[in-house]
Amino acid sequence: MQRQLNTLMNEQFDDIPAPLGEASPATELRAEVRNLDFWYGDTQALKGVNLRVADRKVTAMIGPSGCGKSTLLRCFNRMHDLYPGNSYGGEIRLFPEDRNLIEMDPGLVRLRIGMVFQKPNPFPKSIFENVAAGLRVRGINAKKPLDERVEQALQGAALWDEVKDRLQESAYGLSGGQQQRLCIARALAPQPDILLLDEPTSALDPIATAKIEDLLTKLHKSVTVIIVTHNMQQAARISNYTAYMHMGKLVEYGVTDDLFTAPREQMTSDYITGRFG
Amino acid sequence: MTSITTSADRDSGMPLYGGADARFLRRRALWNRVASYLLFLAAAASVLVTVGIVYVLIRDSLPFFAKVSLLEFLTDTQWTPVFENARFGVMTLVSATLTVAGIALAVAIPAGLGLAIYLSEYARPTVREAVKPLLELLEGVPTVVYGFFALLFVTPLLQTFIPGLSGFNLLAPGLVMGIMILPYTASVSEDAMRAVPMGLREAGYALGYSRFRVAAKVVIPAALSGITAAFILGMSRAVGETMVVAIAAGQNPNFGFNPLEGASTITAYIVQMAMGDLPHDSIAYHSVFAAGLALFVITLSFNLVGFFLRRRFREVY
Repeated sequence: MQRQLNTLMNEQFDDIPAPLGEASPATELRAEVRNLDFWYGDTQALKGVNLRVADRKVTAMIGPSGCGKSTLLRCFNRMHDLYPGNSYGGEIRLFPEDRNLIEMDPGLVRLRIGMVFQKPNPFPKSIFENVAAGLRVRGINAKKPLDERVEQALQGAALWDEVKDRLQESAYGLSGGQQQRLCIARALAPQPDILLLDEPTSALDPIATAKIEDLLTKLHKSVTVIIVTHNMQQAARISNYTAYMHMGKLVEYGVTDDLFTAPREQMTSDYITGRFG
Repeated sequence: MTSITTSADRDSGMPLYGGADARFLRRRALWNRVASYLLFLAAAASVLVTVGIVYVLIRDSLPFFAKVSLLEFLTDTQWTPVFENARFGVMTLVSATLTVAGIALAVAIPAGLGLAIYLSEYARPTVREAVKPLLELLEGVPTVVYGFFALLFVTPLLQTFIPGLSGFNLLAPGLVMGIMILPYTASVSEDAMRAVPMGLREAGYALGYSRFRVAAKVVIPAALSGITAAFILGMSRAVGETMVVAIAAGQNPNFGFNPLEGASTITAYIVQMAMGDLPHDSIAYHSVFAAGLALFVITLSFNLVGFFLRRRFREVY
């Protein structure tokens, strides 16, 4: 049964151009997960995941708690390498240069792939220095380019108007929603190839959530976004593609509208109609 | 407990606690009161002893300050309590005290911070589990051992390349005291650094920070008030430390900050006087309390600053 499902999935993937290309012929591949396994010590958390990430689109990953969606996201910037005992199998290829990021230096990977976390985690520094942090580590220290790119990033995160008069104040004076947009600005400032978001609105109220969703729908014109979310409506609202995961496997992947209106798999259908999860 | 009541008993109409509900409740209330009094006494005893010590310090130094003005006490640079023409400039003792404490901190801050960073950010859990108890073991070494270590090992060792070093000096006890307070400062700083949420570190790594940059730019700034508190409390311990200086720093009250010479610190002076036969009501006798009071004020202010810093760092996240 399990094997059948696997082959079925692989065949589907062999079919694809879908979901890429189907949506728009101009769509290009930014990353491709190939047969990815992941272990926390002896516990296998990801089992043979295949996923194509479209350039400058929003890809959402949904699924019940513990299904491995955050684990998969954190493979993209090798966050798991910070903790002992974790191991990877398979590949995540980055395009256009076609390199396997699982074999790259994690520091280099993280210089190219930004991340926003579940809980807003600004540094105990000024608003300006928070956004500048990612620029400074890349050697940008001169005042003019710093000023320009900090403003640009804050504009991009729709926070500029709210903080432009208090850039030197502590980031901890901001509200939770503002802090999260600050974290988005911090991740955007170095112009990453891919922006990872790990349930970025789960700690926020509905108004702050709406602002961030609005921001994300604009963002994907310039950056490739991968977002993990518990909130199916959110995935439906803001993503171009959606992946449904269950028990460490990718069950179904497709254009968001298709997946939500006509899921191919029974499991996906059960989840999105609220029968479990 | 003489009888056991089960729900089955109650179902059969038997009253709770064998029909003595009121007596049971009275007895329980009495025990509660007795226990709370006993615990209060235990807490009050330690507070009372502290208050008593401060009271004695102040009471017995009042006769001293009746004869020596506070101005002279704080500005004179001679301390000759048993001379015919006695002088009482406590700064003489304070200068030696601060010199030793300064040397101790010069050792303990870099080494302690380095150790704390290593343990908190670099060491694998197994290494950390092994090193932490070792540090606590070091804290358990009696200070008199450190004193003899300073006098009989460190001073001769230093004399081989500092020819002018006296047998009693401030350098050796300062260095040894630095090693002595290092476990404490390292351990408290490490606690402060470990208390920094993992999410902050991940934010740094996600931006492409190296491990060292995460430690230097994220963890240390976030834990700074805790780390500062650790070193201020360490400083306070160094100022109050007695055995090492009494053994290895000599008993000459010299004003000045030269670490190569021996000099009496506040604590060393108190030990020296407390062991001699002083006429009970002499000014030299009361000077011991005045010196003790000065020491108390210094360490108290360090502890207060440390206390407030610690509180602040708890509230940061």
